Amino acid sequence: MDFSGKKMLWFIISLVIIIPGIVSIMINGLNFGIDFAGGNLIQVQFQNETSVDTIRTAVNDSGISDALVQESDYNSFIIKTKVITEEQEKTLLASLTNNVGEYEIMRNEGVGPSIGSELRKAGLISLFLALALMVVYITIRFELSFAIAAILALCHDVLITVGIFSILQFEVNSEFIAAVLTVVGYSINATIVIFDRIRENLKAVKKDSLENIVNLSIKQTMARSVNTTITVLFVIISLLIFGGETIRNFNMVLLTGVVSGLYSSVFLAGNFWLVIRNLKGKKA
Amino acid sequence: MRKGSLAAVLIITIAVLGLALFSFDYLKDDLRLGLDLKGGVQVRLEAPENASAEDMAKAVAIIDNRVNALGVTEPEIRREGDNRILIELPGVEDPEEAVNLIGRTALLEFVRVDTNEIVVTGRDLKNAVEGMDSSQIAGKDYHVSIEFNSEGAEKFANATSDLVAKYGENDPNRMIAIVLDGNVISSPIVQTPIYDGKASISGGFQTLEEANSLALLLRSGALPVEMEIIEKRTVGPKFGIESLEKSAGAAFYGLIAIALFMIAYYRVPGLVAVVSLVLYSAIVWNVLGFINATITLPGIAGFLLSVGMAVDANIIIYERIKEELANGKSLRASIDSGFKRAIWTIFDSNLTTLIASFVLIYFGAGTVKGFAVTLSIGVITSMLTAITFTRILLKQTSLVISNTKLYGA
Repeated sequence: MDFSGKKMLWFIISLVIIIPGIVSIMINGLNFGIDFAGGNLIQVQFQNETSVDTIRTAVNDSGISDALVQESDYNSFIIKTKVITEEQEKTLLASLTNNVGEYEIMRNEGVGPSIGSELRKAGLISLFLALALMVVYITIRFELSFAIAAILALCHDVLITVGIFSILQFEVNSEFIAAVLTVVGYSINATIVIFDRIRENLKAVKKDSLENIVNLSIKQTMARSVNTTITVLFVIISLLIFGGETIRNFNMVLLTGVVSGLYSSVFLAGNFWLVIRNLKGKKA
Repeated sequence: MRKGSLAAVLIITIAVLGLALFSFDYLKDDLRLGLDLKGGVQVRLEAPENASAEDMAKAVAIIDNRVNALGVTEPEIRREGDNRILIELPGVEDPEEAVNLIGRTALLEFVRVDTNEIVVTGRDLKNAVEGMDSSQIAGKDYHVSIEFNSEGAEKFANATSDLVAKYGENDPNRMIAIVLDGNVISSPIVQTPIYDGKASISGGFQTLEEANSLALLLRSGALPVEMEIIEKRTVGPKFGIESLEKSAGAAFYGLIAIALFMIAYYRVPGLVAVVSLVLYSAIVWNVLGFINATITLPGIAGFLLSVGMAVDANIIIYERIKEELANGKSLRASIDSGFKRAIWTIFDSNLTTLIASFVLIYFGAGTVKGFAVTLSIGVITSMLTAITFTRILLKQTSLVISNTKLYGA
């Protein structure tokens, strides 16, 4: 396969996925979880069979509007509300007992609005700080052109993941940030392995064109790129199938990100580097 | 040579499996499980900004009293910043009740209705005990019996005798309102002056537990400032165990799939990789046990992902060995140069991942931090086992099985 010859094709494929994501972020925004937006989440397991509608009625009865009710594992239901007071929560729980039946509380989380914005800020800071430190490290170990190309590939993965989460309106919370950073870690891993080979080949075969060297390096590392992704996918898919509701979102980020990371390392990172090198060459 | 190497390979393999089984056995009961796996409560309280350092210290001490009364084995109560307190109670039996107890101000006041004067407060208490009066015809009557200290008893005696002297029998002016956090619980009419410093709060209790909670709150004292619950997370114990079992199962299937894939694709080196991954896992869990890390659900995810990184190190090495073999080098020479060339690739790629996880350790909130800690320990361990153990085991194995086809030639 010609990786460096068809640069534009690979860039366009990425844009086709990224642009709808960005449009969706602008129109729909992100579905922030309670730890980012503030709010309450109660997961209850009922003794008798019941339905989302019955519970929704009970929640409305207690005077709480805009609550989200969804079914989860083991005949349990998740009720998400805006920030409510302890009193309102008591009323809600009493209404559940009266209108639905006996239950057990599995999870009960409440995050005030101030904490929400703090967590959101901390999440963003950690994402940018991690990216900045990686640029520094790659610049030291390789050179700036590699660092910029690698970070562009990472931004691609982050944009795709965030965009898809906006389109599907999956929840964005602290765990999301951790998952995105893991994706960033894996993706940069793959990119570095390829750049490392480019660096090596640059020393070994000086007479060849940069395009050919990039192509050769990607081919030489292809088995590693694919096999590592396969093993990681084994774990992610296993967690998705057997891991239960609480870590499902986390794994959805990883699934999207790891696939996107493979694509960006193989098809984009090397080409970004070529473009940057050529820009530099023209200026000089 | 061959015999010696065969023995070495077998001994190393058996030793690794033994170590893994042994550590699994004792770590099983030893590891500290987080709230999400064990069930429990995490509450973050915030005092008004003008709360003094002294108030905060007092509040911590009082919350500590309340928590102790709940009988939690490893509670954690610590101040955060200037005006916040974080409380973590793993394994607490009734998480909802615990939240109710921790955050309540519990300021008790006895107020004269005629003058609106505060007679005594919770500070003047010596003891508070819940009780049940079953002689009542209307059913069970729950109450909290309180006893004032000498100073409180005197104030209470003065006020009650004054009321009795001033107003006639059944005059509503004789009432004393019992107020908790600004809400009137009851307003009994003083019948006779009370000199012994004993009183009883009744009314407003549906169950004995409620009376018990109030008694506990009164004994531990009122918080010096009103504290707001700005964050709380409770997990029922049953839910925690379900999560633990599920993720352990998921981990198991994922790891088996990786092992099968590695053996099918890389043959002999694949087998070596599986043995070193077992050692790798044993080391990571022992380190987690040693530093007394709290194991959370994201922590388990972090471990599994670090297994992915560890496998990656092996894959990078094996692909290199294949290339060297394809270039016509001998098996031993290929293994040597394969490792030599792969080491810096592994180092550079893993270090960038470490940077990301260190940032998470520093900035991440609770559970995210646990994820990053296991990921970091995993990445470091994976680098070490790949360049030391895997190398030794693979070289010894190459002396026993020398068919290069089984190494990917």
